[in-house]
Amino acid sequence: MEMETRPEGQATEATEQGVPGTDQREVARTDGYQGAREARVGQSVQAPMAPVTGWALRRRKLRKALTGPAGRRGALGVVAFIALWQVVTKLDEWVGPQVPLVGALPAPSDVVLRLFELVATGGFWSSWYLSFGRVMWGFAFAMLVGIPFGLLMATSATAKRLLFPPFEVLRPIPPLAWVPLAILFWPTQELSITFVTFLGAFFTVVMNTVGGGEQIDRRYILAARSMGANKWRMFRRVVLPATLPSIATGAVVGMGITWEVVVAAELISGGGGGGSAGGGLGFLVWNSYQGGDIAAVVVGMISLGIAGYISSILVRMASNLTMPWKRLA
Amino acid sequence: MARPVAQAAADEARAGDGQARPAEVGKGELRVEHVSKVYDPEGAAFVAVDDASMHIAPGELRVIVGPSGCGKSTFLNAIAGFHSISSGEIWLDDELLCGPNKPQAKPGADRVVVFQHNALFPWKTVLDNVTYGPIVQERLSKKEARDLGRERMEQAGLAGLEDRYPSELSSGMQRRVEIVRALVNDPKVLLLDEPFRGMDSLTKSVMHESLLEIFDKNKVTVMFITHDIDEAVFLGDKVSVMSTRPGRIKETIEVDIPRPRDYRVLTSPRFRELMAGIHGEVEIEARKAFEAGEREMA
Repeated sequence: MEMETRPEGQATEATEQGVPGTDQREVARTDGYQGAREARVGQSVQAPMAPVTGWALRRRKLRKALTGPAGRRGALGVVAFIALWQVVTKLDEWVGPQVPLVGALPAPSDVVLRLFELVATGGFWSSWYLSFGRVMWGFAFAMLVGIPFGLLMATSATAKRLLFPPFEVLRPIPPLAWVPLAILFWPTQELSITFVTFLGAFFTVVMNTVGGGEQIDRRYILAARSMGANKWRMFRRVVLPATLPSIATGAVVGMGITWEVVVAAELISGGGGGGSAGGGLGFLVWNSYQGGDIAAVVVGMISLGIAGYISSILVRMASNLTMPWKRLA
Repeated sequence: MARPVAQAAADEARAGDGQARPAEVGKGELRVEHVSKVYDPEGAAFVAVDDASMHIAPGELRVIVGPSGCGKSTFLNAIAGFHSISSGEIWLDDELLCGPNKPQAKPGADRVVVFQHNALFPWKTVLDNVTYGPIVQERLSKKEARDLGRERMEQAGLAGLEDRYPSELSSGMQRRVEIVRALVNDPKVLLLDEPFRGMDSLTKSVMHESLLEIFDKNKVTVMFITHDIDEAVFLGDKVSVMSTRPGRIKETIEVDIPRPRDYRVLTSPRFRELMAGIHGEVEIEARKAFEAGEREMA
């Protein structure tokens, strides 16, 4: 989590502002016996341990992230980077000599101006919409097909022996090598791009699911068998939740790959219409470059960065929702 | 640990005849008859357990001690149904768990195992862990299971922790939850495989007292495996010493220390006497194992 501060920061915060809940929880963790005694005396365990949850906690975390030492340093880093970028690119205007290599890039101020122009156009937003849609559909199908496929191989030796060899041959093929076939195969350009995006996430999701499913701690399996779980219960209540963390890892990595792939697919396939700034963010970057509009290239790049970041936050929120026990660790 | 004086006196009166806790007659009688376990019968023929016999009375807390690698866990796994046996028979009451035509017992909730390391499901809350057995067996409805779970947790001093996740509890608490999770199935036999291994001695002694307290409320036969002799004498009605590989039941010693027992027992002369005796037996085995190039007693 980006928002988490380092332990030292946390400690300062806790002592300075006296975050309730933290200390008491610590006590209950270290001294189990004491905790039990308290529980027998009354409900005193619950009252002091009741942690701040939900939005209040999130707000506090956000405030800490923004105003805490880590947040301040982070902001300083970003500001310093932009300032340096501005100076380096504007040096030829302000002083005279151009800084080699990077000097020809557009300055942040130019990029911001170009951004203001672009956000006023429909094409820019349609690029966002198109790329996001391709990524989300591709990713969703990769999860939908990849998770059951991976679980099947993880739980059935026969299935794995059958399916894993062809899977392993197809896996190393870069998704972009699929573009020509995808264009030939699928009736629309949209479907072709989405298919290539799907491939980008699919293999990662499957690999992580298989890996996680095969490495379930034997203790959990034995404990469940000992308590009389049948095959289905074992799968539903043990195998699936025990594999979820690996699936989540696969999803985060897979989401990153879909963005890489969608950009490249849009470059190759030509974006599928939508005007000069439309046709997807990848298309926007490429089209702007061919038109010599370097500021728009940078706007497109930053848009991709932000879009990728939003996507990974969404994936993480989803994985937190499915794994409430992981939020505590 | 405070109990009514009369009850304590009654417990004392019962103690010493291997029937320390009241138990339903015929429930949870475990008979192990001439069991052997040979790994890889075709090849190297590694004999883990050799002709071991044992009889655990209903409601008895039997501790099995022995050096590491003597086949204690093999024994327990055979009863639990995780491993097969090569010959012999294991009976639970009138049911043949495994025998000549049925080398591996079917795992079941009448013989729940508590393992060396925490095996609570990290993805379930404490209460959902505790109610797992009755729900997967479809023995109770979800609501009934939860009511029962709450009741048992409260008895074990775990009230207020129902909605926590296991990772939020201390290791001692986790152990206790795991024992409650096992007992909620009303097993005939509870199989404990070095459940307190790796705990510091203070937590361990707290766990021992709490374990005895829980057992006093649940009339259940217990097979407890350890290589900690203090633990064995403190907890057990009887202590069986297992020989080094190939594992046999070498000797069974009755612990005639009255219940309820608390930490003061640890300094009593009788405790020390029993300790010394068992220690002598185990040490001989450990030395043999060591000399045979086996792992030394941990």
